[in-house]
Amino acid sequence: MIDITGILSYITGFAIMAVIYAIFTLGLNVHWGYTGLFNIGIAGFFAVGAYTSALLTTATPDPLLFEDYIFGGNLPALLGVFNLGIDLWFFIALLAAGAVCGLVALIIGFITLRLREDYLAITTLGIAESVRFIFLNERWLANGSKGLYRIPKFLGDLVSPQNYVYLYLVVVVVVLVIIYIAVEQILKSPWGRVLKAIREDEVTTAASGKSVFSFKLQSFILGAIIMGIGGALYAHNVRFVDPHTFDPLLATFIIWAMLMVGGSGNNKGAILGAFVVWGIWSGTQFLPGFLSDPNFRYVMIGLLIVAVILLRPGGILGEERRISRPVQPPAETTSPET
Amino acid sequence: MAILNQMVRRLPPRWTAGYSVLAGFLILLILSFLPVIKLELVVNGLFLGAIMALGAIGLSLVYGIHKFAHIAHGDFMTLGAYVALFLLGMLFPRIGLESTGLGPFTFGYPLFLALPLSMLVLAAVAIGLDVGIYRRLRRRGVSNVVLAMTSLGVAIALRGLVQVIWGGSTWQYPRLSMPFYQLPMGVRIPPDNLFIGALALILVLALYLFLTRTKMGKAMRATSDNLELARVSGINTEHVLWFTWAISAALAATAGVLLALFQAQLLPIMGWRILIPLFAAVILGGIGNPYGALVGALIIGVAGEVSTQWLNPAYKTVVAFSIMIVTLLLRPRGIFGVRE
Repeated sequence: MIDITGILSYITGFAIMAVIYAIFTLGLNVHWGYTGLFNIGIAGFFAVGAYTSALLTTATPDPLLFEDYIFGGNLPALLGVFNLGIDLWFFIALLAAGAVCGLVALIIGFITLRLREDYLAITTLGIAESVRFIFLNERWLANGSKGLYRIPKFLGDLVSPQNYVYLYLVVVVVVLVIIYIAVEQILKSPWGRVLKAIREDEVTTAASGKSVFSFKLQSFILGAIIMGIGGALYAHNVRFVDPHTFDPLLATFIIWAMLMVGGSGNNKGAILGAFVVWGIWSGTQFLPGFLSDPNFRYVMIGLLIVAVILLRPGGILGEERRISRPVQPPAETTSPET
Repeated sequence: MAILNQMVRRLPPRWTAGYSVLAGFLILLILSFLPVIKLELVVNGLFLGAIMALGAIGLSLVYGIHKFAHIAHGDFMTLGAYVALFLLGMLFPRIGLESTGLGPFTFGYPLFLALPLSMLVLAAVAIGLDVGIYRRLRRRGVSNVVLAMTSLGVAIALRGLVQVIWGGSTWQYPRLSMPFYQLPMGVRIPPDNLFIGALALILVLALYLFLTRTKMGKAMRATSDNLELARVSGINTEHVLWFTWAISAALAATAGVLLALFQAQLLPIMGWRILIPLFAAVILGGIGNPYGALVGALIIGVAGEVSTQWLNPAYKTVVAFSIMIVTLLLRPRGIFGVRE
C-alpha cells in the first residue's frame, strides 16, 4: 500500500520551496538579468527578510524557555483586537521584511553602485557573511544559534495541521503570481528599458541623459525588496530560523544556478529555473551511493553555473526579445551576458 | 606646521598615503608598549597578515592583469593546503618519507617537498582552468562580471571537491607539539610562525625581484597597465596571462599551507572564510598593486587580531569588511591606487 497522502504532502512541500526560490530568482533577475548587478550576497537579504518577519511575529521571549532575545513583536496577539477574520499581521510582516531589505539595499547601493561594478559583488558577499555572524553572536538580537522557533502560521486555524501545506502552497503561489505580474509590468515600462540599456552599455545610457547610478540604485532596492518578501515567506513556511539556515550554498549559490539555468533576463525562465534546479537538488538525494552525497551536490551546483555560462549563456529559455513589431529582428541574437 | 604642510604637499599623494600607513604602524607599536593593546595580538596579526599577503598579492595580480575579481582565490588556498595534506599525510608515509619536529618546528623536512609540489599542482590547476574555461570566455569577449561569476562557480565546485574527497571534518598535518617561544611583554610565539614569517618575506622579495628584474615580470606589469598596448608592443599576452595564473595560484597554495600551519588545522571552509579579508586587503592597498596588497594584508591582519581585545573573535571578518567599506567611502582607489 503506497502512502498517497504522504507522497502528496512531500510533493507539496517541494513545490512550496520551489515557489519561494522562484521569488528569490525573480529578485535576482531584476538585479542581474535586467540591470547586470552582480549580487552574490542573496543570503544576506534572505536572512534580513526572514528575521524581520520572524521577530515581528514571534511572541515576546519566555524566561522559562531560556530565550535570550529581547524583542519579539508578537504582532498576531497585538492585532487580535482588530482581527477582521483574516490574519492581518502576515501582510504587515511581509511588507516590513521587504521594507527593511530595501533599506539595507539603499545603504549598500549608495556606497558601492558608483564604483567599479565588481565592488558590489564583494560588498554584498561581505554583508551576507557579516549578517550571519551578527545573528549568530548577538544572542539578544534573535536568540543566537538556538534560533527562533515560535514563528506563527498564517491562517493556521483555518485547516487541520496535516493539511496546512496545501493552504500554504496556495498562499506562496498567490504571492509569486503578484510579484511576477508586478515585475513584468515594471520591467516592460520605459523604466525597465533603461535598466536593460544600463546592462548593455552604461556609457551610452549616461550619454542619453539617464542617471545610471540612480537607476541602478532603484533596481537594486526593488530586487532586494522581492528577496525580503521571499525570506519572510520562508520563515513562515519552515517556522524556524537560525543563522545556519543562511549558509551561502542554499541561500545564494543555488539561486544563482536557478537563474543561470532558467535564463537570465527572462522572468518565466527564472521561475522555470527555480523548479528545475530545486528538482535536481531534491531528486538527487534519492540517488544511490556517492551521488546523493551532499558534498557531491555542492560540486554539481558549481559545475552547473560554469557549464551554463560556457555552453548555453542564455539558459533554457533565454531572453525574450522585445522590439517594436515593424522592426525586423537581425539574424544574430544578442546574448544577455555582454 | 606650515613647513610640514608644504613638505607633504610636494610629495605625490601615494607617498603621503604610504607615510600615513607607516605612521599608523608606529602609533600602534607605541600604543602596544603602553598597556592599551596587547603586543602579542599585534605580533600575531602581523604573522596572519603575512599569510594573507601571499593570497592578496596573487589576488591583486589576477585583478590587475585579468581584470576580474577572482572569487575562487580563497578556495585555491584551501585546495593548496589539502594537496599538501594528501602528500604529507597519505603519500609520503607510504614511501617512507615521514618525519615531524624538525628543529623547533612542529613539521618535518617532508614539508619542504610537499610545499613546492602543492604550488606546482595549484599552478597547473589554474592554467588548466584558464585553458578549459576562462580562455574560451575571453575569446568570446564576455564582460569582467561574467568572468567573476564563472570564478564563483569554480569556487563552489572546488570547495565541494575538497569536501567530497576529505569530508567536512578538521584535519591536521602530521605534527609534533612544540613549546612556544616566551618573549618579554607577554608575547608568546609558536615556532612555526617564524617559519611562516620568513617564508612569506622570501616569497615577497622573490616576487619583487621577478616583477622588476625579469623580462616576464616587466611584461606582466606592462600587461597590467594596458593589455592592448602590451600586445601591440610584441608581448605574448596569452603567456603573460598564464604566468599570472601560475604565480598567483602558487602563492595561494603557499598561503593555504601556511594558514593550515598557523591555525594547526585544515577545514574545507578555511579559504572561503578568508576571502573577504583578502579582498579588503586588495581594495585597501589599491587594486592591481602587489605592494599595496602586502601593506593592506598586514593592516587587515593586525586590525583583525587587535580587535579581539574588545570584540568577539568571530567578528574578525566583520572588522576586515568594515575597513573595506570605509576605504570604499573615503578613498575608493585604495592607499596606493592610481586614479582611473
